[in-house]
Amino acid sequence: MSLIEITDVRKSFGSNEVLKGIDLDVEPGEVIAIIGKSGSGKSTLLRCINGLETISKGSISVAGAQLMDDEVHLKALRLKVGMIFQQFNLFPHLTVGGNVMLSQMVVKKTPRPVAEATARKMLERVGLSQKFDAYPDELSGGQQQRVAIARALAMQPIALLCDEITSALDPELVAEVLAVVRELAAEGMTLLMVTHEMKFARDVCSRVVFMHEGRVHEAGPPGEVFTNPQTPELKQFLGLH
Amino acid sequence: MIEFTTWDILRNLLLAARWTVVLSLVSFVGGGIVGLVLLFLRISKRKSARAFAKYYIELFQGTPLLMQLFIAFFGLGLFGIDVPAWLAAGLALILWTAAFLGEIWRGCVEAIGKGQWEASASLGMGRLQQMRFVILPQAMRIAVPPTVGFSVQVIKGTALTSIIGFVELSKAGTVVTNATFQPFTVYGLVALIYFALCWPLSKSSQILERKLNVAHRNH
Amino acid sequence: MNYQFDFGWLFEYYPQIVKGIAITIELIAVGGVAGISLGIVCAWVRALGPAWLKPVVAAYVELIRNTPFLIQLFFIFFGLPSLGLQLGELQAANLAMVVNLGAYSSEIIRAGIQATPRGQFEAGASLAMSPFETFRHVVLVPSLERIWPALSSQVVIVMLGSAVVSQIAAEDLTFAANFIQSRTFRAFEAYIVSTAVYLLLAILLRQLLAMVGWAIFPKRAAR
Repeated sequence: MSLIEITDVRKSFGSNEVLKGIDLDVEPGEVIAIIGKSGSGKSTLLRCINGLETISKGSISVAGAQLMDDEVHLKALRLKVGMIFQQFNLFPHLTVGGNVMLSQMVVKKTPRPVAEATARKMLERVGLSQKFDAYPDELSGGQQQRVAIARALAMQPIALLCDEITSALDPELVAEVLAVVRELAAEGMTLLMVTHEMKFARDVCSRVVFMHEGRVHEAGPPGEVFTNPQTPELKQFLGLH
Repeated sequence: MIEFTTWDILRNLLLAARWTVVLSLVSFVGGGIVGLVLLFLRISKRKSARAFAKYYIELFQGTPLLMQLFIAFFGLGLFGIDVPAWLAAGLALILWTAAFLGEIWRGCVEAIGKGQWEASASLGMGRLQQMRFVILPQAMRIAVPPTVGFSVQVIKGTALTSIIGFVELSKAGTVVTNATFQPFTVYGLVALIYFALCWPLSKSSQILERKLNVAHRNH
Repeated sequence: MNYQFDFGWLFEYYPQIVKGIAITIELIAVGGVAGISLGIVCAWVRALGPAWLKPVVAAYVELIRNTPFLIQLFFIFFGLPSLGLQLGELQAANLAMVVNLGAYSSEIIRAGIQATPRGQFEAGASLAMSPFETFRHVVLVPSLERIWPALSSQVVIVMLGSAVVSQIAAEDLTFAANFIQSRTFRAFEAYIVSTAVYLLLAILLRQLLAMVGWAIFPKRAAR
């Protein structure tokens, strides 16, 4: 049984069908890059896996937790998959430490000292242990995104969803965030990332999924997908003519 | 005929102003509690709850406060309850205040970005936890200036309770006028007392608002 | 509760209600147009006008915004005669509404003016317009457009607030309700009916103001 099982998932916004039957299985430890034009449905797919969007048809399960539209099932699912957003979405009224501790204490009822120890460990992991008492608006975009990663990791998820996590960053800040992700991948974390960083996808990912018009159009190891694209759409997307 | 000095007039008005203050406090606190319930209904996931809060607010914001007072005063009487003016006044003002505060606060909650809801949801928080730990702490900061500003409307609103016979500052103004035949002085003084109650609140609301905007720009 | 509702009096007293509605509409029509005009003048003074006039207008605005409409009404109707200014009920009611809406709308309009990008003033000046011409032809309409929803809400609030003019015996809708309840002892029904009429008037007024907005700001309709 795969870790994440996505079966015939369809999703419509009104009369506009954004996902037209997606099948995708993810094994533990896989690092998957989802690429494609904007509007191809790649972000929507990621948001469905975390239950931020409801699906119109099909099923999604993560390590046995089914996606269902009620608070109990959603919570069970979200305890297994963390999510990192393009816009960081840190809580501006809490310190960096507070951001990383909050959901541990509130959702998992972890006692404060334990939550704090975990928070410090996770911030250490993303190289920001000295920023524990800073507020998000005192940090650079790259630092904020690393805090967001630490915040998700503190919940000990078995997979992470990354939704264009470097797209809102100034170019010189992209590397520090990708370095953290690269390390997570090396440690065996299961990762699903929507990204425009083709070089990163080629170097780090075990599989690349090309989405086009709401479908998985082509998928395979980065070596094949990038050097030997089969379909004209992927060729065009990669800029090969 | 007895002569009234300006001091006599002022003393009587100030004594009555105590009831304006008490009624304002009761209405504001009570209205705040009911308004919080309305806020939760208004942003609830349940359609019926949202609709109820929406029509409640529409009704109380779309009809005169004076009519609400009349209906509370005469309507409760239909249930065989002998309604004293203070009860009708307090009840109507609480319900009216709640409608406005509920709507003001909804605006503040909706001003918090969607990303905050999504991030807290993705961390496994339930709806109440999201509200309690993520949304409300941020919404409350921006809610303070308009909430303080609305307290001025509540104080002014209490003046209408004089019409159903509750003796507060405005009613005292009418009574004293009838005794002294000095409407210019009496209503002038009444206005000044209201001004003294309201202006500090208006001003602090403005100052808080300005501070908040500055803080926002520094983000 | 064994109360029997009785709306039978409606047949006998509807002329009073119709007359009351007419007066309420007249009050808000005059109050709305004159009040907003006064508001524009005061907003201009406070944002761009002569320095010596600013504190005068500021004092007027603060005084009105921090005292109840009922007291303003009583002061005008009962208090002003001692200065030799004797007004009828309707005149006093009209004046009170204009003075009240003038103060509130000036604050709203001022916010609209202050949100105007500085480049607009500079562009006007560079085209050799005087400051007043720039205000009149360049700044005013976009400023009003910016705050039209807030201004519309304030007009509705003032219309609902006009219910208290019945207290100086101006024969508006509330006066009609009071009259009917004193004759029929059907207080609850009389107030329910007039409350429903007020609600309807508020909804219609909001629609009307939205349409006025589309007419004055044609860009809106195109969007």
